[in-house]
Amino acid sequence: MNLNISFGQYCEGNSILHRMDPRMKIIASILFIVVIFLAKNLFSFALLILSAVVLIAISAIPVRIIARGMKALTFIILFTSIINIFWIKGETELVSFGFIHIYLEGILNALMIALRIIILLVGTSILMTYTTTPIALTDGLEQLLAPLKVLHLPVHEFSMMMTIALRFIPTLIEETQKIMNAQKARGADFSTGSLIQRAKALVPILVPLFLSAFRRAEELATAMECRCYTGGEGRTRMNILHATSKDYLFCAAFVLLGAAIILLNRLGGYALAW
Amino acid sequence: MRKDSHGAKVPWHTTMAQVELKNVSFTYGDGGPYAVRALDDISITLGGSEMIGIMGHTGSGKSTLVQLLNGILKPSEGQVILDGTDIWENPKKIRDVRFKVGLVMQYPEYQLFDETVRDDIAFGPKNMGMTREEIETRVLEAARFARLDEGLLDKSPFELSGGQKRRAALAGVIAMRPELLVLDEPAAGLDPGGRLEILGSIKEYQKESGTSVIIVSHSMEDMAMYCDRVIVMASGRIMMDGTCADVFSQYDELLPVGLDVPQITHVAAALAKRGVDIGKDIYTVKYAAARLSEYAEEVRRRES
Amino acid sequence: MSETKTPIIEIRDLSFAYPTDDGEAPKNALTNVNLSIEEGSFVSILGHNGSGKSTLAKMMSLILMPDSGSVWIDGKNMSAEDITEEDVLDARRKVGMVFQNPDNQIVATVVEEDVAFGPENLGLPSAEIRRRVDEALEMVGMTKYARHAPHNLSGGQKQRVAIAGIIAMRRRCIIFDESTAMLDPAGRREVMDTIERLNREENITVLHITHYMNEAVRADRVVVMDSGRILLDGTPSEVFSQPETLWNVRLDVPQTTELLYHMKKSGYNVRLDIFDPDECAEEIAAAIRSDRDAD
Repeated sequence: MNLNISFGQYCEGNSILHRMDPRMKIIASILFIVVIFLAKNLFSFALLILSAVVLIAISAIPVRIIARGMKALTFIILFTSIINIFWIKGETELVSFGFIHIYLEGILNALMIALRIIILLVGTSILMTYTTTPIALTDGLEQLLAPLKVLHLPVHEFSMMMTIALRFIPTLIEETQKIMNAQKARGADFSTGSLIQRAKALVPILVPLFLSAFRRAEELATAMECRCYTGGEGRTRMNILHATSKDYLFCAAFVLLGAAIILLNRLGGYALAW
Repeated sequence: MRKDSHGAKVPWHTTMAQVELKNVSFTYGDGGPYAVRALDDISITLGGSEMIGIMGHTGSGKSTLVQLLNGILKPSEGQVILDGTDIWENPKKIRDVRFKVGLVMQYPEYQLFDETVRDDIAFGPKNMGMTREEIETRVLEAARFARLDEGLLDKSPFELSGGQKRRAALAGVIAMRPELLVLDEPAAGLDPGGRLEILGSIKEYQKESGTSVIIVSHSMEDMAMYCDRVIVMASGRIMMDGTCADVFSQYDELLPVGLDVPQITHVAAALAKRGVDIGKDIYTVKYAAARLSEYAEEVRRRES
Repeated sequence: MSETKTPIIEIRDLSFAYPTDDGEAPKNALTNVNLSIEEGSFVSILGHNGSGKSTLAKMMSLILMPDSGSVWIDGKNMSAEDITEEDVLDARRKVGMVFQNPDNQIVATVVEEDVAFGPENLGLPSAEIRRRVDEALEMVGMTKYARHAPHNLSGGQKQRVAIAGIIAMRRRCIIFDESTAMLDPAGRREVMDTIERLNREENITVLHITHYMNEAVRADRVVVMDSGRILLDGTPSEVFSQPETLWNVRLDVPQTTELLYHMKKSGYNVRLDIFDPDECAEEIAAAIRSDRDAD
């Protein structure tokens, strides 16, 4: 067991995307997702690929970092593609072997699905995780959801929780590793034995971990109180988000992209089954 | 205390464990973009019935070193040899290595988990597959070494005071009767009384068990008080290795690597500058005081 | 200085016992403590674990409330019946607190956002917050790390971020509750230098709770606690001239003092209140010289 997780893979940079209002980036991401699902045929997919390439280019995120992020999801992408290859029936049969029939349409479909997933992941991760710090993201979310406060939804509390969670995840991962090592040094064995034995072996890790998390929570609460925290009421922020006309234009571009995709869909050719 | 049939004291183990590091290097996140080399081609032999101190500032590689000794970490290059065999020769047997080389981590009180102190100390021996009676003997013995009152054994470990928790965690490792005991910053965060108590009990344990004990510490005062051999680490390498006198007499070399020699050593140096030379190997107050009175005596004799 | 200023913190005849489980007799954590902290002073509170020093800190930062006696902040009785939440908040704007575990007091995922947390709670305009954050980071020497993630910093750096968070709220007094206990020697030095600078240059009142002697000697005044009472209270010279009293309560004295104490025992006429190795050597050399001349 190794807990080497790099969390919230924000990638330092100073591109237009990095400097953009996080709220606009969240809205743009949602628009982009819609656009991706609008694309049906090869022409519109070509435009999608182009837009993803443009996104990567203006974000200035090294391609190898994006590729590494994708690597983790290879299995899901392959799995959905392969299912599509066997599932989709079409007119042009390529292979027929027993109960297995593979059609050209199936392969095209699989390709498009794979593309759809890849573009979706690349697009949203560039717009959100790679170019936006987790704290800016939670800030953006808090302000986008602010109107919901009227309905007495705890929007501020929610975003504070997110921030604290993001702050403490690396600390707790490190702590888990430490406790595991300490118990290993006393001969604890986490990797052999039946399922029940393995679950039992986790007790010496979980008990200290929970106790420590509670202690941390208590100390943090006291520290926050001593820093005059009384909830969201009356609180101001150092960084006020303001969307510039550039940001609005950026969102508008995604609306335009959607329109273009709808037009391209009409050009015909093979269209995605769903 | 263990005694043979004639009532003489005998060490726990008839053989002395010896750990040898052969050209060991260690890199965190090896191969990744954020790889950090923590140890660089280290060769050293540890063992023998003595107290060994490993010193170095944060990031010097000392914590990495101790985690290699019992196979918590695996060297990126080189070999860790325990009693003649490479501990990674058969990775499935690594647990046996951990029983032989006991490791007490930093702030070990955070590893306590069981319902009673007794059960918690028994965790190691239980993992070794011992019988009930054996476990009970081990627990009592370990508790005695760690200066834990027997009355505390049936309490929850979470009811203990900070110092007691630390000592309960120490007992949990001693209970495995390791041939070599390694402690990473055993006195960190304790007040002077707590420091004396835990370091004193470790020294006593070392003498009585006749095993080797390695302590990692920032504190030169502690090293000077308790250790027979001192190893100084700096940027992943061994910088010095010798007796306290050897190491502390080169104190002007220790300052640049972020270590501070005991205040008393500075006093001795300042005295030497004023013509009162009591030697370069001054690192405890008692010794300094003794040398000073010798010096004064000699001056008086020479005068008359 | 004849003018009598209101002390920033004053403790009057305070006693406190932690609540105990069923039937156990409560043991006093603090008994009849009287203490007054002058504005601008640098006071160390020294004591072994369980001496009551941390309980005292929790009283002064209004985390705990006394059983009897009172805590006064800037001339206001915070233990009075009619104290409102608003009054507590007001007191917290004057007295800040830095805790022991550097990890458990940092809220945000970016250093400067964390420093901004306090001022944001005060409802300041954002330009003002930005100014204070930059200033505070500059003061603790962490400007370079403004955009870093706190969990990658060293212990000493984390504590300096925590201190910046308090400075940015413009506190007149900061209580350091064993803030150096979990740090390595380098980290301790960083934090002590920062604390000293805040007191000397920014005139912030500092209350430093510790069990390290070499930290306590840097203060103007040392208060030694034992079993919930104040045992000694005076300048470092006055306090450390009594090594036996300190040894009795499981505390140390600086090694210089310990050596001088040995010298004194062997009949030399030396002062005990010297904490600098050079001065100590001078004193001993002089004593040996005069001893020789006397013969």
